[in-house]
Amino acid sequence: MNLDLAPEDREFQQDVRDFFANSIPEDWKKTVRAGLRLSPENLVAYQRRLADRGWGAPTWPKEYGGTGWTPQQLHIFWSEASAADAPAQFHQGLELIGPIIFTYGSQAQKDYYLPRIISGEDWWCQGYSEPGAGSDLAALRTRADRDGDDYVINGHKMWTSYAHVADRMFILARTSNEGRRQQGISLILVDMDTPGIRISPIHTLDEKHHTNEVFLDDVRVPATNIVGEEGMGWNYGKVLLDRERMVAAATAMFLPQTLRAVREAATRRRTAYGLLIDKPEFRAKLAQVEIEAVAVQAMVLRLMADAAAGADSGPRGSMVKLRWSELTQQATALWVEALGPKAQHFAALGDESELPDDMPFALKGALYARVTTIYGGSSEIQRNIIARRALGL
Amino acid sequence: MQFAFNDEQQMLRDSVERFGEDEWSAADRLKRLAEGREGTARRWAQMAELGWLMLPIAEEEGGLGGGPVEIMAIMEGVGRHLMTEAYVSHCVLAPALMTGGGDHCAALLEQVGAGQVRIAAALIEDDDFDVAAISARASAIDDRFKLTGTKTHVEDGADADWYLVSARTGGAPGERAGISLFLVPSGAEGLAIQRFRAVDSHRHCSLDLVDVDAIPVGVIGEVADRIEAALDRAIVAHMAEAVGSMEAAVAATLDYVRTRQQFGAPIGSFQVVQHKVVDMSVACEEARALMMVAASQLASGGDASSLIAAAKVRVAQCGIAVAQQAVQLHGGVGTSEELIVSHHLRRQMMLDLAHGDRDHHKARFAELTR
Repeated sequence: MNLDLAPEDREFQQDVRDFFANSIPEDWKKTVRAGLRLSPENLVAYQRRLADRGWGAPTWPKEYGGTGWTPQQLHIFWSEASAADAPAQFHQGLELIGPIIFTYGSQAQKDYYLPRIISGEDWWCQGYSEPGAGSDLAALRTRADRDGDDYVINGHKMWTSYAHVADRMFILARTSNEGRRQQGISLILVDMDTPGIRISPIHTLDEKHHTNEVFLDDVRVPATNIVGEEGMGWNYGKVLLDRERMVAAATAMFLPQTLRAVREAATRRRTAYGLLIDKPEFRAKLAQVEIEAVAVQAMVLRLMADAAAGADSGPRGSMVKLRWSELTQQATALWVEALGPKAQHFAALGDESELPDDMPFALKGALYARVTTIYGGSSEIQRNIIARRALGL
Repeated sequence: MQFAFNDEQQMLRDSVERFGEDEWSAADRLKRLAEGREGTARRWAQMAELGWLMLPIAEEEGGLGGGPVEIMAIMEGVGRHLMTEAYVSHCVLAPALMTGGGDHCAALLEQVGAGQVRIAAALIEDDDFDVAAISARASAIDDRFKLTGTKTHVEDGADADWYLVSARTGGAPGERAGISLFLVPSGAEGLAIQRFRAVDSHRHCSLDLVDVDAIPVGVIGEVADRIEAALDRAIVAHMAEAVGSMEAAVAATLDYVRTRQQFGAPIGSFQVVQHKVVDMSVACEEARALMMVAASQLASGGDASSLIAAAKVRVAQCGIAVAQQAVQLHGGVGTSEELIVSHHLRRQMMLDLAHGDRDHHKARFAELTR
């Protein structure tokens, strides 16, 4: 058992640290610490900076323009990014569709789409969920009917995050009603400016516009936009299962950012008892969340070690997702608590400067965090997966 | 970055596993416990023969110089099979407190490694786990020391031949300066020992000392750091035991929910039961990851104190939750003396208390990360 860094990893760590030193604008930090996404313009700017340094796709193999980093290097990169209050890279192109394209896509698709993901030129959104297909995704009803050299797509997608800024969407659509429900599903790439697409915002509890309904009405796309074979779309999701542990690991590694924000808020806040950070009840609560965050970081190390050894992580990716999402909820809730009575001052009706320093980030973060135990496989689905695959129940 | 044992550590683990299966099978547990001290003495001699007792002792003191990871390989097995032998107290904590303590300590440690002598640490007073919260006094008369005071709890001290007693040569209760450490034989004049059995069958004691002759260990007045460093080693070893016990409790529970039929189906087919077992297995992974990272950091010699404090809190929380759920999912029979799960629960509760409970270490973590 050995968790010490090798000398070459130490050098790499210094390179990454130098890259991040003073490179994150102050006005990004509160958003990042709240677990909220930066504006698309800022995320694209960040992606471009990484791409210029050759680090645009940290988890991709070199042959597709990625860094080819080892799991140890990835762990170092994310640790340093987290410590510098850098944002997480937007994942829908990089982690969701990119790997499917380089694993199953045609040469033309690889040549065209992959560089545009790395450079930040293309923003991708994911057209999976539907009104009747959430956790039970195979119940999806959107149809793609073959018509000559095209597919004609009709349907209704829900919870399509960032559809309103995306250039492209990858969608799961039914190309057949024969056989098992999963068998008739295909994965198709759609340009968002194709006629027949209508986007309608879904207003969410955090008052931030990040997700949408997408209506597809006779949307005609070339048949060459299908990824891999017709009817095999469901199976391509499996390439993501293997990578899922990296997404879970990377996300969990950004948790300490939120805890720093809680500490700062509690260190600023004066109460009748002195500073909030010195109040025993609050310190015990903060220590509890911090201790659990230490535990999640230890779980992440185990995932990375598995990846380094080429070993199966079993259910441990799901476990990290479960624990990370619960903790981000607890941490953001504690941030709101640290604001005290002023947590009720969400928006100024007059002078903005009267708002607490970290408003609205703290409150938006706490509200947005509620979705983390729902998206990407809800906590209940994660538990079902662990029960079935790992425990054999 | 890798978590796997090397070949030697794996062999050690396997050897402990065989010993546990032979000596501490769940089916024979009540018989074993009924044997009392004679059974313990017999197994202790076997463990000495296997070289386990001298493993954590430094090589220059006649031991094998095993580190936190080797100790972990032993303690996971101790936990899996709920062995009641007080390995951590006598073979991890005492040697860590005595290492570099001079010829007298080295001679005693050799006997510890051979299984001839058992030494227990008497550090706690007045129900407080803080190493500095002590008021027992050591007065120097010429170059001899005499101790007076009360030690409330001596972990695994009931059958010890010697005690390592912390006492003040200066300073006031709560201060770290002025704390010294002394060796006292169990038959010393002026020493009164009250013995107790804990609910997990470990045997503890408390000590009353009145003008007891004592031999100093380490630098007079400056052993607070030495005590805390030694406690960190003991705590990490106990965490490995806790993780072994948790995993055994989950395995027993999984077997049970797969076979126990109610409403015409195995209860493990019910989602409400499945999700509880999942939460138990997540808690195991959390505790295992923390314990291994803490052991690794301790082994590489870095400052691990805040990490160990965090791990102590979380492993205890996870351990108790897992054992409670193991009892719950076994239903009524889970509360019986006969089934192993209730023994896991009792041990987890006591492991929480050993060397500082959850609240103590949470406050310590908050202080260390201030």
